[in-house]
Amino acid sequence: MDDFVSDTDSDYTSYWRDWFISSRGNEYFCEIDEDYLTDRFNLTGLNADVQYYQYALDLITDVFDVDCDDQLRDAVEKSARHLYGLVHARYIVTTRGLAKMLEKFKKSDFGKCPRVMCDSHPLLPMGQSDLPGNSPVKLYCARCEDIYNPKSSRHSVIDGAYFGTSFHNILFQVYPTMLPSKSLRRYEPRVFGFKVHAAAALARWQDEQREAMRERLKAAKVDVLFEEDEDDEEEGEPVSDEDEEMDVGEQGAALVAAK
Amino acid sequence: MSSSSQVTESWISSFCGLLGHEYFAEVTEDFIEDDFNLTGLASQVPMYKEALEMILDVEPEEDEEDEEEEEEDEEDDDVLGEERRGGYRRAGDRRHLRMASDVSVVESSAELLYGLIHQRFITSRQGIQHMAEKYELQHFGTCPRVHCNSCKVLPVGLNDSPGHETVKLFCPSCLDVYTPPNSRFQAVDGAFFGTTFGSLFFMTFTDLDIGGGRRSAAGAADALMAIQAANAEAKGRGSTSNANITSINGVAPHNLAPGLGVGNIYEPRIYGFRVSERARTGPRMKWLRMRPADITELDETRRFWEEREQGEKKPDDDDMTMVDVQRGGNPVDKRKKAVARSRRTNGSGIGGGSPMDTGSIGAG
Ligand SMILES: [Zn+2]
Ligand SMILES: [Zn+2]
Repeated sequence: MDDFVSDTDSDYTSYWRDWFISSRGNEYFCEIDEDYLTDRFNLTGLNADVQYYQYALDLITDVFDVDCDDQLRDAVEKSARHLYGLVHARYIVTTRGLAKMLEKFKKSDFGKCPRVMCDSHPLLPMGQSDLPGNSPVKLYCARCEDIYNPKSSRHSVIDGAYFGTSFHNILFQVYPTMLPSKSLRRYEPRVFGFKVHAAAALARWQDEQREAMRERLKAAKVDVLFEEDEDDEEEGEPVSDEDEEMDVGEQGAALVAAK
Repeated sequence: MSSSSQVTESWISSFCGLLGHEYFAEVTEDFIEDDFNLTGLASQVPMYKEALEMILDVEPEEDEEDEEEEEEDEEDDDVLGEERRGGYRRAGDRRHLRMASDVSVVESSAELLYGLIHQRFITSRQGIQHMAEKYELQHFGTCPRVHCNSCKVLPVGLNDSPGHETVKLFCPSCLDVYTPPNSRFQAVDGAFFGTTFGSLFFMTFTDLDIGGGRRSAAGAADALMAIQAANAEAKGRGSTSNANITSINGVAPHNLAPGLGVGNIYEPRIYGFRVSERARTGPRMKWLRMRPADITELDETRRFWEEREQGEKKPDDDDMTMVDVQRGGNPVDKRKKAVARSRRTNGSGIGGGSPMDTGSIGAG
C-alpha cells in the first residue's frame, strides 16, 4: 500500500495503528486499544488465519524490530493489515469498540444513505460474511434497513469480515436511542403526472404486507410507529383529486410516438 | 474534458461536455427549431430570445470570433455528503468572460432554457433513443443497493419545475431513487430530466432485461431461493402458475422490480441468528423491498373478480387474507379503497385500521 514501508528504518516506532487508521481508504476503521491487542484471549484462533502472525502482531503493537528484507517486510505489513482487520471485527462489538464506532457514526464517517427518501441518514459498515475473503464491506442504513455499496473504490476493496455481520445490529441493541424513525415515504414512478400502474400495484401490495406486519406486532404487543403516524389522525378520508394510473407497454410507446 | 481547439464547438456540445453534465443528451437543433417543442418556455426563462440564440450559436449583431476562455476548474470533490443546493448554475458562470454581467445573465438563462428543452427532448422519440444509447454505455452509473446487483440507473427529477431538487437516479430494479455518488451532480437541476422520463423509458424499451446479470454467478444462491419460494407459494395457491405469464400490469414479470422479493431483502442477524421482528430493534422496513413470489397477486382486476365470484358463494380462506370480502360487492368500491389507501401512505401517512388488515397475510 502506501508509504509506510519506505520510511521504516528511521522511525517505525511511530505508532503503526495511528498510521493505519489515518491512511486514505481506512476511514471506516477505529483504533483498537493497546490493552485489547495485548490480551491474548482476544486473539484466540487468529494465528491460524494470518501469515507471520507474531511479526504482524508485533508490528501492530509497535514492537517489531526484526531486521529483514523488503520482501519479508511487505509480507509482514500485509499480514498486519489483515490481522488488524480480523481483530477489529471482534473489537467493535466490545463496549469500548462500540462507543468508538458510535462516535464515527455520529460524524457520518461511513457516509450517508444514498436513498433519497432516507434524507442522508448516516450509514454503518458491515460484512455479509464473518469469514474473510468472501465479500467486500457494505454499508447499512438503519432507516431503510437495507445495504449499499460504498461509493468510493478505495472502500469497496476492504474485506467485509473486518466489520462482520453482527456489529451494526448490536450497536442499535446497545444504543436503542440511535435507532432512526422509520418512514413510509417512497418514490412513486409517474409518467406525465400519472402513476405507473405496475409500480403502484406493487406499492399497494407492499403496503398490505406492512399493515399485516403491524397487525402481527400489535397482536404481540410490540409498538410500531412510523413517522407519518403522528400527524395522521383522520382515517379513511380519500383525498379528492383522483389519481389515475397509466398502464405500461404499447400505450406508453404510443404516447412517445405521438409526440 | 474536451474544451479543445479552435474548431468552434457548438454551445450545446460544450455545455454537455462540462464536468457534471455527463447525464445530458445533446438536444438536436431540429428539435429546438421546432417552435412547438418550446411552447410555454418563453415565460419561464428571462432573456429568452438571447438565450435561445446562444444555444443555437446564432451570433447576435457583433460577430466576433473571440478568445474563448474556457477554464475547467476540476474539483473532484469526493467529500462524502457535501450539501451544495444553492450552488446550481455555477457551471455557466465560467464559460465566457467577455462582457461580464449581461453575458452571464444570458448564459445562465441559456442553461435554464436548455435544461427545460432537454426535459422535453428526452421524452420524445428521438431523445429517448439518445438516452438509451447513454444508458447502454452506463453513463448514468448503477444502483448503489447491494441487492440490485449493479443494475443500470437513469437520471430523473422529482419535480418538473426548476429550482426544487437536484438530479436523482432511478433504479428500475428496486423502483427507488438515489442521490448520485459524485457531488458534482448535486449542482444539476432535476427538472432538466423531469419526472416522466425514468418510467417512460422503461415503458418504451420493454425488451430491456433490467435484471441483467442477476441470474449469473453471485446471485445464483439468491435466485435459487427466489425460485424455491415461488414454487412453494405456487403450490400453496394451487391453480395459478407463474411460468406462462408474459405480462403483469403491462410489465414482463422478469422486469418488474427484479431486485426486490425473497432473497433480495436484507435480513438482520446477530451471530448468525435472525433479529426477530418482535425485538425492539427488529426489522420494520422489509415491506419496502418485498415483491410477491407469485406475481399474479398483483393483478388486482383479476383478483377482484375472482374474489367477487367466490364471495357470492363462499369465501375461500386463502383469498380472505387479501381482500375485505365482507364488503365484497361493488367493483369501484375496492379500487377506490386501494387508491385512497395508497395515497394516504404517500402523503400524510397511513391510518390505523386499513380495510385490508385481516392480520394473517404472509404471517410466518
Ligand atoms: Zn437508507
Ligand atoms: Zn436498485
